[in-house]
Amino acid sequence: MKILTTRMEAHPTDSHTLARHRATGGYEAARHALTSMTAEAVHEEVKASNLRGRGGAGFPTGVKWGFLPPDIRPRYLVVNGDESEPGTFKDRQLLERDPHQLIEGIIISAYAIDCHEAYIYIRGEYPRPARRIERALAEAYDAGLLGRNLFGTGFDLDITLHLGAGAYICGEETALLNSLEGERGYPRIKPPFPAVEGLYAKPTIVNNVETLSNMPWIVENGGAAYAAIGPEGSAGTRLFSLSGHVKRPGNYEIVMGMTFGEFIEEYGGGVREGRAVKCFIPGGASAPWFTGDQLDLPITIDDVGRAGSMLGSGAIVVMDETTNVVHAAHSIVNFFAHESCGQCTPCREGTSWLEMVLARILRGEGRPIDLDLLLDVSDNIAPGLGWPPKMTTICPLGPSAVSPITSILRNFRDEVEAMIPAEVPVA
Amino acid sequence: MSWTADPRVEQILARYPDKKSAVMPFLYMAMAEHGYLTDEAIREVSELVGMTSVQVSSIATFYSMYKRERVGSYLISVCTSVSCAILDAADVLHAIEDEAGVPAGETGDDGVFTVEHVECIGACGGAPAVQVNYELIEGVKEDKGRELVRWLRDAAPDTVLGDEMQALFGGQRSFEWGPAEGEGATGPVPALDALGTTGGSS
Ligand SMILES: Cc1cc2nc3c(=O)[nH]c(=O)nc-3n(C[C@H](O)[C@H](O)[C@H](O)COP(=O)(O)O)c2cc1C
Ligand code: SF4
Ligand code: FES
Repeated sequence: MKILTTRMEAHPTDSHTLARHRATGGYEAARHALTSMTAEAVHEEVKASNLRGRGGAGFPTGVKWGFLPPDIRPRYLVVNGDESEPGTFKDRQLLERDPHQLIEGIIISAYAIDCHEAYIYIRGEYPRPARRIERALAEAYDAGLLGRNLFGTGFDLDITLHLGAGAYICGEETALLNSLEGERGYPRIKPPFPAVEGLYAKPTIVNNVETLSNMPWIVENGGAAYAAIGPEGSAGTRLFSLSGHVKRPGNYEIVMGMTFGEFIEEYGGGVREGRAVKCFIPGGASAPWFTGDQLDLPITIDDVGRAGSMLGSGAIVVMDETTNVVHAAHSIVNFFAHESCGQCTPCREGTSWLEMVLARILRGEGRPIDLDLLLDVSDNIAPGLGWPPKMTTICPLGPSAVSPITSILRNFRDEVEAMIPAEVPVA
Repeated sequence: MSWTADPRVEQILARYPDKKSAVMPFLYMAMAEHGYLTDEAIREVSELVGMTSVQVSSIATFYSMYKRERVGSYLISVCTSVSCAILDAADVLHAIEDEAGVPAGETGDDGVFTVEHVECIGACGGAPAVQVNYELIEGVKEDKGRELVRWLRDAAPDTVLGDEMQALFGGQRSFEWGPAEGEGATGPVPALDALGTTGGSS
């Protein structure tokens, strides 16, 4: 069962063109929604689909749309294509290989929420996806599928592509809005949530690229049909990015519910050189890791949540038994230290401390107190070190940096200790 | 003709209710012309968007792709985030630094190369991943990283094409890319000639 990758698999050479999109039923769902459904009816189908956001937080899309205050206009729709969570490359494929599927999803969603101005924010390091979107937008405008009076209904919609410029934090929705407004990409304090006060202080819906790419199918087949796919709480298909020590890394669209072990074997071809899985990250660099003993866990949003982690951005990173876990953790902590926007002291200072301590352990210069130091600093960023983390910061980036620390200290403490030289008594 | 007279400037401004929003696309356009964000470039942008130079400069420094110092003709970015890190990205980075004769974070005296290590560039299924002027190459091994540097130096292409470099120096990809493209980058700015020109209201 596939939804998102059907066209690109059947038509590898031209799935990104308007001609192919049209030849495979493209824009018929948008036409149907705009010409024979009310906006409320489209919104009801999306609610009924139980679709949950694919950007990381997994919030039900139909519910989010319902938070828009009824009387304030204009409303904005902002598409989050900032995809920068290490391990994640699924939106890139959707943007490059089926841009019209996304544009059609935007038309449907904009109609449902009565919005006439949408922005697609794509990270600056994605020139090819951005070019494909630019060309697809131009094709759609030329064909009268965007602009004024869509499908003769009087509904207007403009879509603008906005290019980011290298800042992971701009994937966080309120930072993204600041960036789009021409400010530094600092996350805003919530509430107010963007649905109430977002872009230019107007009600704004921010949705992920994959989330919106599902809309044509939902309109065509009905929300109930979407909800019927997969286990409860994890409706629909989902595009997972699989990377690390597997034989066949890649993006794979699956119905949720299979186990991580099955996914890694069936789709990834298993671990390279027949080795064992030492540990894996189930949902991008922000997520706490699982160990090789947890491969039987089903891939669902709720199972993973109960087990103390998250499906997050849908990025599964597999590490085999030869992996130096301190090295892997350092790479992730270094990422967060580099990407911290600096507004909150525990995040700004804490991530740098964690990076420095891991770096010295890696160099063989760790000290016996360093394990406690790592935990103390982590506790200062995310008090109690629980899951989901307790927040003392404006956004979840700071607490994300704690995930690799608790992961290695809970599961591989001996290994970390063994990297710390015994204290040599001063002669 | 200065970039400020480019018809795209007006088209971009028309895309947003507030002209401040145009600061990011304008910084790219200014950088494409000047090679990096000179004081003059910052001033040009500030006049167009109605901010002070200090404000524009503070925005530019927030984003890693806006360069305030001269960059080489070829900006080589090597990903060292987790999926690449566990597949020996550090070795690829060292090979490239060594072959280019430029340590990460610096630009060579002859202005040919700038080498940098960057965070995840969304190519983790094709680790280790490298970009040249933001055009992607996936599955780059140490030896291919060296060959890439030599090729850039010898062939000195005006435009770097991702598909061409992938075929010559790449390996494992994150997914099938589809048909090859003729568009590529002519400098250390993401190649996107149509930036801001698509859309209604114009
Ligand atoms: C630090 C941080 C980075 C994020 N990066 C992204 C991103 O690159 N893409 C994305 O869609 N969502 C990202 N998110 C989640 C967004 O804030 C937001 O929840 C999402 O775009 C909403 O869309 P959805 O409901 O369709 O998932 C990020 C969140 C945080 C805290
Ligand atoms: S937690 Fe970190 S990234 Fe998030 S707002 Fe605070 S300082 Fe910025
Ligand atoms: S981790 Fe290197 S491209 Fe994502």
